[in-house]
Amino acid sequence: MESKESAIIPAIEPYVEDSSRRNFLKQSSLLTAVALTPEIAVKAAGLHLHEEIAAVFEKMPLKMEVNGKSRMLSVEPRATLLDILREQLELTGTKKGCDHGQCGACTVHVDGRRVNSCLTLGVMMNGKKITTIEGLAHGDQLHPMQEAFIKHDGFQCGYCTPGQIMSAVACIREGHAGSEHEIREYMSGNICRCGAYPNIVNAIQEVKNGGQEV
Amino acid sequence: MKQFQYVQPATRQAVLEAINKPGTKIIAGGTNLVDLMKRGVTAPDKLVDINHLPLKNITVTPLGLYIGALALNSVVSENKQVIEKQPLLAMALKSGASPQLRNMATVGGNMMQRTRCGYFYDTAMPCNKRVPGSGCGAYEGVNRMHAIFGASSQCIAVHPSDMCVALAALDAVVIIAGKKGEHRVPFTEFHRLPGDHPEADNNLAPGELITGVEIPDNNLAKNSYYLKVRDRQSYAFALISVAAALDIKNGIIQNARLAMGGVAHKPWRLFDAEKALVGKKASEENFQQIAQLAMQGAKAYGYNSFKLKLAPASITEALKHAAGLV
Repeated sequence: MESKESAIIPAIEPYVEDSSRRNFLKQSSLLTAVALTPEIAVKAAGLHLHEEIAAVFEKMPLKMEVNGKSRMLSVEPRATLLDILREQLELTGTKKGCDHGQCGACTVHVDGRRVNSCLTLGVMMNGKKITTIEGLAHGDQLHPMQEAFIKHDGFQCGYCTPGQIMSAVACIREGHAGSEHEIREYMSGNICRCGAYPNIVNAIQEVKNGGQEV
Repeated sequence: MKQFQYVQPATRQAVLEAINKPGTKIIAGGTNLVDLMKRGVTAPDKLVDINHLPLKNITVTPLGLYIGALALNSVVSENKQVIEKQPLLAMALKSGASPQLRNMATVGGNMMQRTRCGYFYDTAMPCNKRVPGSGCGAYEGVNRMHAIFGASSQCIAVHPSDMCVALAALDAVVIIAGKKGEHRVPFTEFHRLPGDHPEADNNLAPGELITGVEIPDNNLAKNSYYLKVRDRQSYAFALISVAAALDIKNGIIQNARLAMGGVAHKPWRLFDAEKALVGKKASEENFQQIAQLAMQGAKAYGYNSFKLKLAPASITEALKHAAGLV
């Protein structure tokens, strides 16, 4: 295992099921930053711990601001921002639809730009500011776009809604909500299988024309 | 997704050293690469993140316009200089992907996109591009999206980019950094045809890094148009796209640029048709004749036969828009 560049092993709480694993992990925590020797690898194989070892040694520190709060995390390089938000931070408002950047359900804002969190690697978000659907409201005061979606019935099943709303807010902020045609074009990255598009467009137009700050 | 090591070398030099090893891939926007890794189409041992390199600039140069490899597709498409000098590029960029993806995708990454051929994506299927020698599922398969120009029996996939079609038409130059320093490659020679090596999409050598593109100034801004024909109005890959740019004086074409997307393994520049346009009156009739000329050598593979009619119709339409006849 070549791990020179990723030699900073963060302190993490490993998932522990039995005493042998606990002992091993205690031992492994003493080995931080030391390359895995074949001898240990063989021992680990005997304990059926390949994946746990890999996880311990390959997790990386991640510091990002999520909805105004600074978060210090330890993540695998292959973990997407979407999975980190949902699984580690329990911010399940952001939805996993296709998981391949085709539906927009996972849309969040990174440093003010809307992106597909399913195609964003968490490790690449170090130092970034993330806003999810949970970060739009001020306490009990819904964001104007959330209010407008409710008023105009901009959803049926609701699964695409967090992504639609994050995209809709960005659409106005970018200056791309000038007409129905423009809204439809700039909302095309968010698919709604229930077909609530006309109501979504109405909601966005109302917020845009209302002139409220989004 | 297979586990991999993630590194973020501090300098360009360190990046060049890091990428010069087998199993290593560069990540910028990641919109295509992360998707391919999730599907198991590609499984690098190491990802080299280059996002912190200072390659985001868009600047006016003595030659024309320089765009750094890490400039976001959304930023380029909204840039005032780009819109003023090269509106064709802005139009092509805005027709690609979705606003979210354009906010992630970079110019260099867009060039490095792999094909969207379904057989390339499906690891249960044969594909010479994914596994050389395994065969081509598309050749006698469902090939509705596939090439009509320059394909081989090994591969009939198409390059999916819109941006690249515009850059090919606009005589852009790719700036590439390697161990021996920087060199420049005409955009039309960056991507390649499949031949016997469809696994290679382009001529970028191992260990090289795209640092930017430069577009020479031209007199084509006033009469240019990017037409994209697709299965739905937005957020879909092109069945056919056409980048058309004309320099018209007193109704007569002085200079022309024409390229197609969705028809070949690379952006398909129509040099002969361009030459034939020069000196002609900008009329629908002339455009139809030129479009027929552009179709010489086209070959369909079954499901994509419709492209043999759609392509010339699209060329005509794009030229009409560019000339202001529509």
